[in-house]
Amino acid sequence: MSGERFRPARDRRRRVGAIFRMVCLVSIGFSMLVLAILLVDVARDGLHWLSWDFLARYPSRIPERAGIKSAILGSLWMMGLTAAISFPLGVGAAIYLEEYAPRNWLTRLLQTNIGNLAGVPSIVYGILGLAIFVRFFGFGRSLLAGAATLALLVLPVVIVASQEALKAVPSSLREASYGLGATKWQTIRHHVLPMALPGILTGMILSLSRAIGETAPLIMIGALTFIAFSPTSPMDPFTVLPIQIFNWTSKPQAEFHDLAAGAIIVLLVVLLVMNTGAILLRNKFQKRF
Amino acid sequence: MATKDLRDRSGDAPDIALETRALSVYYGESAAVNDISLTIPRNRVVAFIGPSGCGKSTFLRCFNRMNDLIPAARVEGEVLFRGTNLYAHDVDAVEVRRRIGMVFQKPNPFPKTIYENIAFGLRINGFQGKLDEQVEHSLRSAALWDEVKDRLQESALELSGGQQQRLCIARALAIEPEILLMDEPASALDPIATGKIEDLIRDLREDYTIVIVTHNMQQAARVSDYTAFLYLGELIEYGDTDRLFTNPREERTEQYITGRFG
Ligand SMILES: Nc1ncnc2c1ncn2[C@@H]1O[C@H](COP(=O)(O)OP(=O)(O)O)[C@@H](O)[C@H]1O
Ligand SMILES: [Mg+2]
Repeated sequence: MSGERFRPARDRRRRVGAIFRMVCLVSIGFSMLVLAILLVDVARDGLHWLSWDFLARYPSRIPERAGIKSAILGSLWMMGLTAAISFPLGVGAAIYLEEYAPRNWLTRLLQTNIGNLAGVPSIVYGILGLAIFVRFFGFGRSLLAGAATLALLVLPVVIVASQEALKAVPSSLREASYGLGATKWQTIRHHVLPMALPGILTGMILSLSRAIGETAPLIMIGALTFIAFSPTSPMDPFTVLPIQIFNWTSKPQAEFHDLAAGAIIVLLVVLLVMNTGAILLRNKFQKRF
Repeated sequence: MATKDLRDRSGDAPDIALETRALSVYYGESAAVNDISLTIPRNRVVAFIGPSGCGKSTFLRCFNRMNDLIPAARVEGEVLFRGTNLYAHDVDAVEVRRRIGMVFQKPNPFPKTIYENIAFGLRINGFQGKLDEQVEHSLRSAALWDEVKDRLQESALELSGGQQQRLCIARALAIEPEILLMDEPASALDPIATGKIEDLIRDLREDYTIVIVTHNMQQAARVSDYTAFLYLGELIEYGDTDRLFTNPREERTEQYITGRFG
């Protein structure tokens, strides 16, 4: 009987599967639990500060009158500018590396270093931004200097994510295009980029989500903590939500700590709205066919 | 860039569509196509047969310079089209591919509408006529018009595999090539869809020169006028299809067509 030469041990295999499932469940449960505790804590401290006035007022020495209008506007400006700088640069670099660069040691060196750049501490980018954008280019302590710095910071992630998206475009699609007499540019423009766009946008979302929480490099380039007016141009001085939060948590009075919690809730909501918007945008591109 | 215009220089050999002279293709060090010289007559169907991995696709891709896209591939020798060597350095591969169209093994329509699949090639090649008319004309040529005329704005990916492949043929025909290269165009299709493609090839023979790669010997026998048998990158035998299948001259050809190897 051939059956005797097999020991199926189905029970044991199923048990291993069940254990593995439990391990996965515990890891997700643990992460969610920590996150939930954090959120509950923040909500308990900050929720009762939330009001339209809180959003519409400028910061103040008196907790009851303090708001985060300038920080929200600063963060929105910052995200817009950072995206506007890092998207074309990052996608352009990725297209060059994937589609045009010769496959030689120089390209490999470049590739390795882009990977390494993603691991550089953000404060280092702050020092760089201070030297280059604030001083050398003379942008001053402006939104533009901050956005350029954050754009540099997220650029490696944007590039690598875009490269992965471009790599995932099947070669049969390129062949179809070239086979009809399309040039390289026409092939990239009409087929490769549209197909890679959802993946590229995912990378962009992740990058901006990181950028919106960055504090250290912006403090380094000299973001102000007290801004009692709304920025109206990229050359204006600025503050952003995480800096406002940092500022309030470092004050001795407990009321300010609660204000910080309120600002954290707003930051989370802004992040949520931003990601939802980007996901909708991505789905729109994805579902076109 | 001054590139050759692929004007007709064939002179005293007007019946020849394509000719290879001592053509070899290397992937790195190893030769996938080894020193093949043959001529492909105009308005005929020529089939390349041979076991998997013998270099049929690689050989076929020389005719429209698709091998340019594979960095490791190196081509030696000449491919003459209308008297011009397609591998001369002043020949533009983009122009070659408009004149010599290709259909691939797996149907690869663009993830766009049926209409756009065909309009793309027309637009990028600066087509001057009426787009709608040319789209209809090419869909009719590929025997697909009746099946899709009411759904031109739907995604091409919703078509069946056989319809997708005929769309790819229509797309290639739209830009009015002289030669159509087909790399196992029916190998991913069911028998009925395969039959339709074969019927289509017989119809297209009137207006085009067709080079078809197939590992299916019955298919080669059904659709082609001439057959080339390739083995391990070498051209073993080339001749009239009926003669090659009934009375092969080479022992290896006979072994292959009688199913004793490959
Ligand atoms: N891109 C490639 N890189 C390296 N070797 C390849 C590549 N494509 C094909 N080959 C090799 O070249 C030989 C011929 O392949 P191919 O032309 O695809 O054969 P066929 O179409 O007859 O099956 C095979 O040995 C294959 O492994
Ligand atoms: Mg093949």
